[in-house]
Amino acid sequence: MYNKTIAELARGLRSGEFSSVDLTLAFLDRIKQHHSLNAYITVTEEQALQSAKAADLRLATGNAELLTGIPMAQKDIFCTEGIKTSCGSKMLDNFIAPYNATVVDKFNSAGAVMLGKLNMDEFAMGSSNETSYYGAVKNPWDTHTVPGGSSGGSAAAVAARLAACATGTDTGGSIRQPAALCGITGLKPTYGRVSRYGMIAYASSLDQGGPMTRNAEDAAIMLQTMAGFDDKDSTSVDLPVPDYRAGLSNSLEGLKIGLPKEFFGEGLNSDVAATLEAAINEYRKLGATVTEVSMPSLKLAIPAYYVIAPAECSANLSRFDGVRFGYRCENPADLADLYTRSRGEGFGKEVKRRILMGTYALSAGYYDAYYIKAQKIRRLISEDFKRALSEVDVMMGPVTPSTAFGIGEKIDNPIEMYLSDIYTIAINLAGVPAMSVPAGFAQGLPVGLQIIGNYFAEDRLLNIAHQYQQVTDWHTQTPKGFE
Amino acid sequence: MRSQWETVIGLEIHAQLATKSKIFSGASTAYGAEPNTQACAVDLGLPGVLPVLNKEAVRMAVIFGMAVEAHIAPYSVFARKNYFYPDLPKGYQISQMELPIVGIGHLDIDVDGVSKRIGITRAHLEEDAGKSLHENFHGLTGIDLNRAGTPLLEIVSEPEMSSAKEAVAYMRKMHELVRYLGICDGNMQEGSFRCDANVSVRPKGQQEFGTRAEIKNINSFKFVEKAINHEVERQIELIESGGKVVQETRLYDSDKDETRSMRSKEEANDYRYFPDPDLLPVLVDEDFKAQIKAQLPELPQAKKQRFKDSYALDEENATILTSSRQLGDYFETVVKESACSAKICANWVTGDLLAALNKANLEITDSPVSHERLAGLLTRISDDTISGKIAKQVFEEMWQSTATADQIIEAKGLKQITDTGAIEAIIDKIIADNLDQVEQYRSGKDKVFGFFVGQVMKEMQGKANPGEVNKMLKEKLK
Repeated sequence: MYNKTIAELARGLRSGEFSSVDLTLAFLDRIKQHHSLNAYITVTEEQALQSAKAADLRLATGNAELLTGIPMAQKDIFCTEGIKTSCGSKMLDNFIAPYNATVVDKFNSAGAVMLGKLNMDEFAMGSSNETSYYGAVKNPWDTHTVPGGSSGGSAAAVAARLAACATGTDTGGSIRQPAALCGITGLKPTYGRVSRYGMIAYASSLDQGGPMTRNAEDAAIMLQTMAGFDDKDSTSVDLPVPDYRAGLSNSLEGLKIGLPKEFFGEGLNSDVAATLEAAINEYRKLGATVTEVSMPSLKLAIPAYYVIAPAECSANLSRFDGVRFGYRCENPADLADLYTRSRGEGFGKEVKRRILMGTYALSAGYYDAYYIKAQKIRRLISEDFKRALSEVDVMMGPVTPSTAFGIGEKIDNPIEMYLSDIYTIAINLAGVPAMSVPAGFAQGLPVGLQIIGNYFAEDRLLNIAHQYQQVTDWHTQTPKGFE
Repeated sequence: MRSQWETVIGLEIHAQLATKSKIFSGASTAYGAEPNTQACAVDLGLPGVLPVLNKEAVRMAVIFGMAVEAHIAPYSVFARKNYFYPDLPKGYQISQMELPIVGIGHLDIDVDGVSKRIGITRAHLEEDAGKSLHENFHGLTGIDLNRAGTPLLEIVSEPEMSSAKEAVAYMRKMHELVRYLGICDGNMQEGSFRCDANVSVRPKGQQEFGTRAEIKNINSFKFVEKAINHEVERQIELIESGGKVVQETRLYDSDKDETRSMRSKEEANDYRYFPDPDLLPVLVDEDFKAQIKAQLPELPQAKKQRFKDSYALDEENATILTSSRQLGDYFETVVKESACSAKICANWVTGDLLAALNKANLEITDSPVSHERLAGLLTRISDDTISGKIAKQVFEEMWQSTATADQIIEAKGLKQITDTGAIEAIIDKIIADNLDQVEQYRSGKDKVFGFFVGQVMKEMQGKANPGEVNKMLKEKLK
């Protein structure tokens, strides 16, 4: 039963095929069994069983929602009241959040069963899940490779069926890249579509939470619960939330797909390119027309991102100072010692690297050359997207230059690691929504197809992904040993 | 004195805005609660929390901007000011840097009867920090975050004041204004209104400014004057003895009456300001401005002119009566409710009433003598029921009790005697008893007249109508 989609599980719960408690026990069992994947930081067994019982009662009253009784898991970046919220860092290893993130509240009131908190790169900074204080997560398709990051625990858990679905967050590709490397469906919504309240900030102007699921229909179900205006988040957008499942079956006849030529140049693995070409051909068969588009500013995305994101993170992470919560060094000699050692010992290497980069970029005398210039580039990139998306309905391309790389392969080469996000980062800078959809395999490892849409066109993206999943079965494949 | 030197002063005033809740959270701003009981998750800077702007703070900033005839920015931006300090929970303060909500404006001050216009560079919104508590923690420091997130309006003046006296006048005028507008309670002991002073000196006639020192956190009018005077002396002495003023931040120590260095320019923080990505730009449109303009009270300057024009008040009374909205309202109500002339009402409010309030350390809003009761008293002066002198006695009684003037006049038998028969009888008796003095008066010693008035009033316990007494005495002594 763990091998079913949310929609199928919801039907099973209603037909009496199994109860939420049955399901929850089955998933908890699998989590133990596949402990070595290291997907979870915290498993909340007791609370999960309580929620499952409550969900079964609610299902019996007929007053249930689609997610009622569905065992899922939260990326450990979302604050959960009374439960450790570590953000993958030693800094917050002792942090029990006193409140729920808005997203967590929404899943709770929908009656979803939270199995636990998922592993991630420290403070969401990383593309391989190797920067986590709790150790690397393994990719279920090949346990010697990384699951991607920063939502690596989420992607691995969904791929290995250790949760029916999971939340992720995406600042520069952190939902889409691990979804691609683990062969699942991931959606980064438009910036402002999902509340950031209670989601520990990495780069506030780029961070966005979203669903990580087995298929597009499940992503629609999850997004339905996650999306919406939140008066606790000034950057959330007060627009009505459409019914994301309503348009899933719409025909793709006449769909205009643009392929950004900058996405298919040098650096893209040829097997990945061939896999994507096959996927795009499927769309042609579904009635879509395909043209080339150009986004000349795209090449500036990585440098701009690595100024803006670290600049914001350098301020966002200042609150971790050893004073009020989180890690505090032993026997500080004075205030300066308390700060330097608590932060020096509490943060990992990659986090410190980004805080330093950001601090530098914001410093007097460098601000104009770095931060202001990066903001100008960001506007140019947004213009590129707006122009391209006025010519075509959606754009398609790779999510990652290659399939999952080996654990340890890139961790000592930050530049190479940063380049693995080359196809995802520009989307965050522009703020548009994008998905990663399983599109086949290269050398036995999953390949993701990226679909990029216009602002608040999540329903269109889900429709386009769903139609593809009606004629392909990549998304139903299960890694060996996890069937 | 130091006549070859010229002083240049600019003030940065921090006015705590009188909102019920904090600028970015729903926690209360009330003063004096147990430490950390008025600090919610947002104020504590917990992981994942986000600020949400309190619209009331924006409204108050716009009111202020209008009152100083400033440009109100249609688009202003919150920025993060980054520095580490234990009472700054997020490691940055949310403030406004490049695009403040209030732009260039001005405030007119009066010093020794001369009016001077002081330019206001800008005013911006920001959050206050918490407090570090150094006592009773046995070598540790306690942190109270109740104040963290309290809205502040930082009002920056142009360097256009040339003496401590002018600086005090400016600070007082600003203090009056923010209280008048109802946007700040002005409580200086609680830190609701405090200022930093930028002070420099230059040889008279020199165009460019001297190097300035910034004196931090001055929380009284007395200290601002002393701190500036001290700092001016220090700088002049330094330069005259061949030294150089360095740009630095200094702290005023009121116990020792001196300023001392806190940090030099080299040690100054690089605050790494950048726009706060958690907050949207603040948009103030014409509709919003029109709405606020309609609610704006009559401003002190305009009210003062009106008091002079329509009540025929002199400069001094008009200034005092428009120094606070409540005092002006009290005065106007008394004028309306009594049959007395506005001038007498003004003299009573600025004289006996304010003196009594000051002595008892009370605000006009807490006056034991209500405007109805004062109006009742003044009406009895104007209809000759009592004399001005007796009225002072009645006022003292009123201060101690809740009785009306009429009740007191009745109970104490203070009603003025205007019965000419009764007065005449007393006058006749006094003349008969003091023939020597009558002789003196008649031989040209006019001064003796006062003696007769005094005798009559004494005999009649002050209740005789003085005008009547004068008239009749003059007649009888002819």
